[in-house]
Amino acid sequence: MTAAMTHPTAGGGSRAAAAVGRWWPVAAAFAVFLLFWKAIVVVGGLPVFILPPPELVAARFVTAWLDGTMAPHAWTTIVEVALGFVFGAGAGLVVGYALARWRAVERVASPYLVAAQAVPILALAPLLALWFGPGLPAKVVICGLIVFFPVAIATMVGVRSIDPGLLELARAFRATPRQVLVDVEVPGALPSILGGLRVGVTLAVVGAIVGEWAGADKGLGVLVNLARGSLFDIPLLFATLVTIALLGIVCYGLVVLAERRLVGLR
Amino acid sequence: MTSDVARHGRLLAEDVRVAFSGPARGAAPTVALDELSLDVGAGEIVALIGPNGCGKSTFLRVVAGLLAPERGSVTIDGEAITAPDPRIGLVFQEPRLLPWRSVADNVTWPLQLAGWPADRRAARLSELLRLVDLEEAAGLRPVQLSGGMRQRAAIARALAFAPEVLLLDEPFSALDALTRERFNLELLGLHERQTITVVIVTHSIPEAILMADRVIVLTPRPGRVAGEVRIDLPRPRSLATLDQAIASAAAVEIRRHLELGERAA
Repeated sequence: MTAAMTHPTAGGGSRAAAAVGRWWPVAAAFAVFLLFWKAIVVVGGLPVFILPPPELVAARFVTAWLDGTMAPHAWTTIVEVALGFVFGAGAGLVVGYALARWRAVERVASPYLVAAQAVPILALAPLLALWFGPGLPAKVVICGLIVFFPVAIATMVGVRSIDPGLLELARAFRATPRQVLVDVEVPGALPSILGGLRVGVTLAVVGAIVGEWAGADKGLGVLVNLARGSLFDIPLLFATLVTIALLGIVCYGLVVLAERRLVGLR
Repeated sequence: MTSDVARHGRLLAEDVRVAFSGPARGAAPTVALDELSLDVGAGEIVALIGPNGCGKSTFLRVVAGLLAPERGSVTIDGEAITAPDPRIGLVFQEPRLLPWRSVADNVTWPLQLAGWPADRRAARLSELLRLVDLEEAAGLRPVQLSGGMRQRAAIARALAFAPEVLLLDEPFSALDALTRERFNLELLGLHERQTITVVIVTHSIPEAILMADRVIVLTPRPGRVAGEVRIDLPRPRSLATLDQAIASAAAVEIRRHLELGERAA
């Protein structure tokens, strides 16, 4: 710190060097991944409609974004993911807390929760599409359902894991139920809840795509179908997959970022 | 008579009985405490000693208003204790600090819960930290403290409302013997500086003799008073106090009560 203050340029340089030192293995791993991909295409002599080479996918990715093919579909999916995540995680938090706090709730509700979770969302999606129509609501519901379970379970586990001694302490200090929630239960369960949100946010992307497959006219899941079917543009299919993956990574990154802020704050 | 008016914190427990229902329905309840009466004068230090499971901690929970007795009553200065009360400070065996809060925020937590404004909390905080000699550690998290420092923070927190009665549930049992002696003496110093009634639950005969005006020996489950030993040693006390003949006589008597209690059970 003092070194950086007395020699700002030297400090900045060493910080850049540190960043390079931290990130080069990531870059190297990515390069290896691309080389491996290219090697499979070349050695296997695979045609473009089976596995296009990485540079072709990259080029298609860029043109699809530039000519406006990708953006409207991506935007639709982002909205579905965001709304589905907010509703699913919100419901998961409330239900998870209720499951942890009241044994009766757990006894009554958990068979239904587990049963709902055991039915694959893929099988449920067409039904939900039928009920909620081809628009946004069906996707938000499907997305929310898939996010709900991990968040509810993580919240329940987190709240249960709180040291009963701390709850007794809060009682000894005559904390109101609200104060117990804000001062003990939320911060105590936070690490577990954030773990559930990490799982939930990646599943949210899956949920949106599944929802789109069950019936939609826009979204990245639709674009996957179009690229494979009527357009028969396999590089576009791969470019869409890359977009979906990036969306997942960005969502996950946002949760991790929120986690760093919150765990520091609590 | 005048001292009676000036000093608060007389703790009276009468005929306290606590029973826990068994795991199976219809099973006979386990009686943890029975016919337990205790009269602690304002400013007095009383030690409760007894074998494991004799209900010492249960008794403290009743006195703290955390557990309703099946029978009997607890009063402080004639007022019944039926719920947690700011006139009572409580220190558990474990420090029970919120790991995500700093020492300062842990110590002032009860004040915050009671709705004290930040400036009053800050003023009280510096008094409390000075009292337990923890000023340096105000900004640290509990994980950064030694076991002894954590327990100091817990004591400071228990004193936040300047309670009239301080209940200590084996507060130093997790500390090594040397730290424990130091803490005993520090607590005695604290007691000299401010009049406060102290009930300390302990397993240690030397700790009981060093700290207390009276040692109450409890029987194994259900906990009843097996005997009472008065420690007529002058204050202020030091570790040398324990070498006096009165101290060894008291230890012998406490052991005798403990053995009689075991045999009767």
